[in-house]
Amino acid sequence: MLEKETNEFRFVEKPAVEEVECDILLMGGGMAGAGAAFEACAWANPKGLKVVMVDKAAVERSGAVAQGLSAINTYIGQNTCEDYVRYVRGDLMGIIREDLVWDLGRHVDDSIHLFEEWGLPIWKKDAEGHSMDGHQAKDAGIASLKDGGTPCHSGKWQIMINGESYKAIVGEVAKKALETNKAATGMAENLFERVFCTRLLLDANEPNRVAGAIGFSTRENKVYVFKANAVLNGSGGAVNVFRPRSVGEGMGRAWFPVWNSGSGYAMGAQAGATMTLMENRFVPMRFKDGYGPVGAWFLFFKAQATNGLGEDYCVKHADLVHDEFAPYDNPMGTCLRNHAAMIEMAAGNGPIIMHTDKAMQKLAETMDEKQIKHLEAEAWEDFLDMTIAQAGLWAADDVEPDKTPSELMPSEPYLLGSHAGCAGFWVSGPGDIPGAPDEWAWGYNRMSTVNGLFMAGDVVGASGHKFSSGSHAEGRIAGKAMVAWCLDHADYSPSLKESVDDLVAEMYLPLEIYAKHKAYTTAPDNVDVNPNYIRPRMLQFRLMKIMDEYVGGVSTMYKTSKTLLETGLAKLEILKEDSQHLAAADLHELLRCWENYHRIWAAEAHARHILFREESRYPGYYYRGDYPGIDDENWKTFTNSTVNPDTHEWNIEKVPYVQLVEAPTPA
Amino acid sequence: MPSFVMTEKCDGCKGQEKTACMYICPHDLMVLDTERMKAHNQEPEQCWECYNCVKICPQQAIEVRAYADFAPLGAAVIPLRSSDSIMWTIKFRNGNLKRFKFPIRTTEEGSVDPYAGKPEPNYDDVKKPGFFTGPTAC
Repeated sequence: MLEKETNEFRFVEKPAVEEVECDILLMGGGMAGAGAAFEACAWANPKGLKVVMVDKAAVERSGAVAQGLSAINTYIGQNTCEDYVRYVRGDLMGIIREDLVWDLGRHVDDSIHLFEEWGLPIWKKDAEGHSMDGHQAKDAGIASLKDGGTPCHSGKWQIMINGESYKAIVGEVAKKALETNKAATGMAENLFERVFCTRLLLDANEPNRVAGAIGFSTRENKVYVFKANAVLNGSGGAVNVFRPRSVGEGMGRAWFPVWNSGSGYAMGAQAGATMTLMENRFVPMRFKDGYGPVGAWFLFFKAQATNGLGEDYCVKHADLVHDEFAPYDNPMGTCLRNHAAMIEMAAGNGPIIMHTDKAMQKLAETMDEKQIKHLEAEAWEDFLDMTIAQAGLWAADDVEPDKTPSELMPSEPYLLGSHAGCAGFWVSGPGDIPGAPDEWAWGYNRMSTVNGLFMAGDVVGASGHKFSSGSHAEGRIAGKAMVAWCLDHADYSPSLKESVDDLVAEMYLPLEIYAKHKAYTTAPDNVDVNPNYIRPRMLQFRLMKIMDEYVGGVSTMYKTSKTLLETGLAKLEILKEDSQHLAAADLHELLRCWENYHRIWAAEAHARHILFREESRYPGYYYRGDYPGIDDENWKTFTNSTVNPDTHEWNIEKVPYVQLVEAPTPA
Repeated sequence: MPSFVMTEKCDGCKGQEKTACMYICPHDLMVLDTERMKAHNQEPEQCWECYNCVKICPQQAIEVRAYADFAPLGAAVIPLRSSDSIMWTIKFRNGNLKRFKFPIRTTEEGSVDPYAGKPEPNYDDVKKPGFFTGPTAC
């Protein structure tokens, strides 16, 4: 075993340390953070409360929407919040926090109306019911959504947009909101881009109380200590925790953004915030290798997916799925549709095929040439707005969707709480939803079990299907509640539990280790083999291999068991020990070290939760081989885990699920 | 290597503190070699092919070569982003070409005033549902 390394800055220069004091710290500038900035500043400015945002990238193109999107997937419109709750509950196999989901539903459309006002082009229907893009609709004088315009639905909750600049628009507004706060409070700076937070900081005097966060610049030798009354964790989900199907360059072609490093899960867990349903994951069935979106193809173009023999696997296995998983088969949720496809894959009946050709030919039967051209452009835009690499792959493979079908493939697993998954933290609800237990609300909406620490977006648990619009709205809900918290705790003054010198030494340890040991071997940097340390790239490969082989990744067809999980957890423990020997040649690699350290924490939470839940709640996402079915009698419950921030011991327990919205009356 | 920079076209953003591609890359991949004054993608297997470096480059010096571990050679997808729309050129491996133009925004970049015409917050409502813009619909 290697000797413990310490950092006394003998080999690298100590960074400058800047302290930033504020009332509200927003960690992450994605959709949730941008929503929080917009809402919090409106309430904070008249009161002189200081709002600060920190983002590891540039807000203009950060977070999960950095590339753009072709649809807004949560729009309530003419639907009811009750129906929204039923839909989310059905897709997430019966266990969600219905108070959070309802609350999200009643708030989300206001954000969408603002997006349109700010300049996001939204497709509309003309008088004949034909779709028009956002520019055509505006030029034709079609009303905005807020004023009664009819959107082009690709599903009950999904509406089509021209979303190449979605994040640029939303980010522009967030940055301007922060500018107004800077003017109102006289702060020198309140937006810190290219600063990566590694740890939340707890208060020295008040137990279970957040006091700020610490991060380093990826551009200069500088560390920031942020002290705050309230902190928002909006740091996204976890990608490439599992070995991806493509392990060369294609490792970057993750379905969810490759920069979502599980930092929000890790930092919240280490601070002692309770997590819920961390066993949940998302395995999207997408176009093979490029992971381009299929939603519009299924919902908008009515394309059919079949096995390699041309059989509709959902129809073929409807009875089987019903017998095994009723009532969760009606409607058949995302994971059960995966399950049906996986039966075919395991039987050798692949590949799974999306019949884009037949769908477009059928639609073309009732259309003239101009309309067909329009339809083709719409199909390509679906990729070009949000997964350009898929368009590149079709071009490389000479695929023309109206002539050639394309393969689908279930991806490697992802951890997230905003899309069709619900892994995240246990947060306070709004407190006014009828039937919700009193203990589901503790005064400040979206506050975690750590005082002053709020959550929004991917890191909120048991409340999936928020997507981009819902994450923005949830950021706003949290941003407003943070102002309420600050007004109620106006005399709070943060004092840090840990010494800043120790924290800075810990943060820079990988740089010190590299500088100390680099000359030990002859290897040039690009072939670095050195027994004294591990570089973050190899650490990530090790993590991904453990998760893949023991925790139900693609190589075991998503299957695991008690014995596999216990073996995997033991290996993760050793990996955590070895992470104390991570080495970084520069600030960029230091970023990768910390991202991957965060990934280990997210992975451990996931594995521990899967081990705890002795059933297979999400068939098609993962299977416990030793508990293959759904066991509602024992496991229709939340699973909540908390890490002791001092001892790092884990405690996991069941928390009762409570249904607030009644099931629909059978037709 | 997912995004790549063409040597002849890159001018290192003319010696500014940071290049446009370094500013925008969400994953901190772009780096400037200050001796050659040329930028490059330092970690191709971490590239999401999000095209933000391609779209922002003032010299149009950046393109994407699709992931070599599964994509055949010879195709390209090239954007040209203007203030209100984006033009895409898709070159297929077999030589076919497609062009599409899509809107990107209906307002001028930088023109949005976030709080113009919006109500002042009412602090009596700070713990109630709804935003400063008004109560919830349901």
